[in-house]
Amino acid sequence: MGTERKVNNRRKFFQTSAALVGGTLLYAIIKPFEALAQPKEEELKTDKANLPLWGMGVDLEKCIGCGKCAEACKIENKVPKEPFYFRTWVEQYTVKNDGTVKIESPNGGIGGLKQSVPDEEIFKSFMVPKLCNHCTKAPCVQACPVGATFISPDGVVLVDETYCIGCSYCIQACPYGARFMNPITKVADKCTFCYHRINEGLQPACVEVCPTNARIFGDLRDKESDLVNFLQVNPTQVLKPHLNTHSRVFYNGLSSEVK
Amino acid sequence: MEEHYKHLYEALSQVDGYIYPNEIDLHWGLMIVLYPYITGLVAGAFILASLERVFNVKVLKPTYGLALLTALSFLLVATLPLVSHLQHPLRAYEILMTPNPTSAMAIFGFVYLWYLMVVLLLEIWFDYRLDFVLWSKKSTGFKKYFYKIITLGINDTDEKSAKLDDKLGYFITLIGIPSAFLLHGYVGFIFGSIKANPWWSTVLMPVIFLFSAMVSGIALVMVIYMVVSWIRKVEIDMPCLDTIAKYLFYILIIDFTLESLDQIHRIYEAEESFDIIKVLVSGKLNITLLIMQVMLGTIIPLVVIGIFQVYKPAEKIRKFSYFFVGILVLIGIFFMRWNVVIGGQLFSKSLSGFTSFKAVYSGLEGYVMAAVWLIVPLLILTFLLWLMPPWKKVVTHE
Ligand code: SF4
Ligand code: SF4
Repeated sequence: MGTERKVNNRRKFFQTSAALVGGTLLYAIIKPFEALAQPKEEELKTDKANLPLWGMGVDLEKCIGCGKCAEACKIENKVPKEPFYFRTWVEQYTVKNDGTVKIESPNGGIGGLKQSVPDEEIFKSFMVPKLCNHCTKAPCVQACPVGATFISPDGVVLVDETYCIGCSYCIQACPYGARFMNPITKVADKCTFCYHRINEGLQPACVEVCPTNARIFGDLRDKESDLVNFLQVNPTQVLKPHLNTHSRVFYNGLSSEVK
Repeated sequence: MEEHYKHLYEALSQVDGYIYPNEIDLHWGLMIVLYPYITGLVAGAFILASLERVFNVKVLKPTYGLALLTALSFLLVATLPLVSHLQHPLRAYEILMTPNPTSAMAIFGFVYLWYLMVVLLLEIWFDYRLDFVLWSKKSTGFKKYFYKIITLGINDTDEKSAKLDDKLGYFITLIGIPSAFLLHGYVGFIFGSIKANPWWSTVLMPVIFLFSAMVSGIALVMVIYMVVSWIRKVEIDMPCLDTIAKYLFYILIIDFTLESLDQIHRIYEAEESFDIIKVLVSGKLNITLLIMQVMLGTIIPLVVIGIFQVYKPAEKIRKFSYFFVGILVLIGIFFMRWNVVIGGQLFSKSLSGFTSFKAVYSGLEGYVMAAVWLIVPLLILTFLLWLMPPWKKVVTHE
């Protein structure tokens, strides 16, 4: 074993290991950027300005807590009927005379909400339908490790069922409890604004069945739409504005008790 | 499935106050408690090894190799609980193929790989190469082949090559320290960056995770060192043990200070979420947080080792106490992870109510599986110690 041999040996080792390590590193460095680059390409293909930007208004004064929306949603979107999985639900708020607030949503309001507090104790009571807020700065999209949750070009937050690894990180990241792990498909599930329907020019199922038109669905870019009109004439608010999610579901007459 | 529903109906009947209907199912269970726990042990054990090497704390030499092998054994297992909890575990590789750059969890995959491939394996290799060469000449059978292959054909045994190994090993340790910080800081960030959850969302989270990781890793190596010495029937090096305990003491103080700071900050600012967190801490978490984590895992160890700093009783008592304290600390940090992961999901994001958590025994998410994930690294360590015993090393770095 001459010195030359030794040097060669060592050199060979360093070359191999450098190649291995370098390869891993390079891959590690390039990969994220590739992912970063992809949405941009898509952006180029579809001119966003020509697309609708979907949103929803909820007129709390009109909601009677019948729960038809929650029921229709489950049927339309094949959400398991067990009371742990909801794409949309209705909450009943009851502020009592002593100032305490009781919130209820048995079975998400399906079957209709009934008042459990005796009349004489009630200060005020109201219903609040909830769903995914289709946040513009969606924490769920930010958190998803593989990019299975994304915002469609027309502003709907969707989950790619063929891609989701089922880590539940997005569920943790959503401040509104709008997501659940579908026990059948085993992927994260949530309101899609009935994407399959709105693409056909139909209304989301919940909007369609609401007997009082408490939900107004529409294109935020269309100045003639009912939704834009609703936002124009009513002082509206979004849920948890301090979290800066820039959500696209707007409530009229939202009371400060609502969480 | 039926079983799962039954479980959920039971949880539904125990809901306290109002929770969003989708929150009855706790999405992260025991496996996600284990994940930061195990990664923390890795980072902590590695940092203890680095103390000896980079900061030149010579008394710690008897534990250097042991700490590295402990780190490796646990690191090999670290991602398994995480992957096994996925609903689609076979898709896990997508985290590496198409990572979402804004996701804390996605980047963890790369930090993990970097740490395993570049830091730990290389450092151990440089540390052992010469021994592998020498051992390969002396042994027979499987061991001989293993040593031969693992030298990767570099069989130099002269002093110059030993020096080079040493230098490169030192260099890797230097990179290793920030990497270990990164590894576990990152795990903290996975929780700390969730603004939806006030129990998790604090800038201190990565730092707290880091220090608690060091605490747990040091305690683990301390306990393992004692057990291995007993099994090998060799004398425990008391100055070494005393020094480890001293580091454990100081870092535990920092850890405790940071966590208290976090709590005091919460109490003083008393934000919107404070009311529910107060109920959480005094109610659902009182046993796991106040008794297991704070009392058993922090105060008692601090008092015991603290006393030893001023008054040193006989060796026998010290040994026994260190062992006892080490176990307590390990339990305490386990519950710290528990309180973060489970605690953070017990209250509703509506801040108006609580759900409950009932761990099961069987199944992928059960206690039995959790025990398996904690025992497997110990088996790996036993194997590694048999294969490459640090105490039989011919040479050690300067
Ligand atoms: S409401 Fe939740 S699920 Fe919907 S976009 Fe926002 S964070 Fe995502
Ligand atoms: S559960 Fe699916 S959609 Fe949600 S973060 Fe994980 S991979 Fe993404």
